[in-house]
Amino acid sequence: MALEDICRFKDRHHKWFPFSSLEDTDTSLYMMDYFNLRWRGLRTSEKNSAIPLDFFTPPSANSASFCLPNHSTTVRRPFPLSHGTTTLGFIFQGGVIAAADTRASAGGLVACPAVHKITPIHSHLVVTSSGSGADCMLWERILTREIRLYQLRHRRRLSIRGTAKLLSFMLHPFKGTEVCVALTLCGWDKESGPKLIYVCSDGARLQGDIFSVGSGSPYAYGVLDGGLKWSLSKDEAISLAREAVFRATHRDAYSGNNVDLFHITAQGWSQRKREDLKEEYYRDMEKRSKDRRGKIKRE
Amino acid sequence: MEYLIGIQGQDFVLVAADNVAASSIIQMKHDYDKMFKLSEKILLLCVGEAGDTVQFAEYIQKNVQLYKMRNGYELSPAAAANFTRKNLADYLRSRTPYHVNLLLAGYDDSDGPGLYYMDYLSSLAKAPFAAHGYGAFLTLSILDRYYRPDLTRDEAMDLLKKCIEEVSSASISRRFHLHYLHLFNLFHL
Repeated sequence: MALEDICRFKDRHHKWFPFSSLEDTDTSLYMMDYFNLRWRGLRTSEKNSAIPLDFFTPPSANSASFCLPNHSTTVRRPFPLSHGTTTLGFIFQGGVIAAADTRASAGGLVACPAVHKITPIHSHLVVTSSGSGADCMLWERILTREIRLYQLRHRRRLSIRGTAKLLSFMLHPFKGTEVCVALTLCGWDKESGPKLIYVCSDGARLQGDIFSVGSGSPYAYGVLDGGLKWSLSKDEAISLAREAVFRATHRDAYSGNNVDLFHITAQGWSQRKREDLKEEYYRDMEKRSKDRRGKIKRE
Repeated sequence: MEYLIGIQGQDFVLVAADNVAASSIIQMKHDYDKMFKLSEKILLLCVGEAGDTVQFAEYIQKNVQLYKMRNGYELSPAAAANFTRKNLADYLRSRTPYHVNLLLAGYDDSDGPGLYYMDYLSSLAKAPFAAHGYGAFLTLSILDRYYRPDLTRDEAMDLLKKCIEEVSSASISRRFHLHYLHLFNLFHL
């Protein structure tokens, strides 16, 4: 890449050193060699160090690379990975709303009914995750670490767009492997206001005003597209988000249990208490039967 | 399905792209810009696999800008097109080929306007008109019938509108709508 050229990382890009006396692996863990996690399919147990991903850190004198012991070729999975979710985010006049269900499914089993699918990265950025639960947790941690390191090194916070680009570039080497993450970064930039960016392991990076991701997303879109207006009040927006997740969990087998809601404004994110969608369901049933009773009375 | 079209006139190139970014059955974005400005006189339109498009196009974009920074003058459209094709070709037989289809439209001060068609197998052809996507099947015949090398800008716009109408009406998925198109008319002399 061009920037690599300028920073002269080109020569480290393609080589890897089987016996690395040059690499000092005893020094502090500075960077994970996640490029080689599964990608090269190496069989040796030597450490290796090709790190094309360090283009986003300035070259420093003791840029030691922490080298993971290699993985052998693909391990057979003991059970189907957790997929299936409904997450959504949208921007309105009062900021950004991020909502998600809390079910982690592994095939037909509800592996965990109370997962956190929305994770704060820093005070003005949360990320909603969908896809493989393990991959999402890992990449959220990696992202949090890299953002924090950027802030410490450059004494300013990376913009949301920059964060999305960083994440997208970190995920790019794993394109074509079985890494499956679809994250929505919901945040507030000091300079440019509310931002909503969708990043997925395919490499897509989309900025927009409304995104819903996961197996329940078509159902959520149905409710959201109908009800979303810029001029919603905060309570209306929250109830719209809750309704959208509820409807999606009603129809989608792989979403359910509770709903998490985050609201991000210029002052930062605030989290609502987790709500059990069972209560929402009973309220909805109650409302329907009341309507029906009302109709029968009138007839 | 994504659609790109380009029409070259005597002193201009007219290009258009649809505005939808889709992920399987869901249209995630209705105002997605598929055009990448390589320089003041060169535009790259890129469709294809989700992450590959942006990664590849931005890579080409930054390298073209780097060339200008290093050498003080810009790449010509023909050079930029060949550079792009070379990169596609280099990655084609690697482990990570880029699955992208491209149109490069540019204006060279000495050679005039140029439209270059490239596909994911890194073929390159300079053409008076070109299109990518399923819509290409529908519109290439229209372009064959009505294209003339001496089209004025208005005539070219009319021809473009004809093509877009055809794709909108004949498209199965009906994702492609006229008002989602982004038209970019390259340069006056």
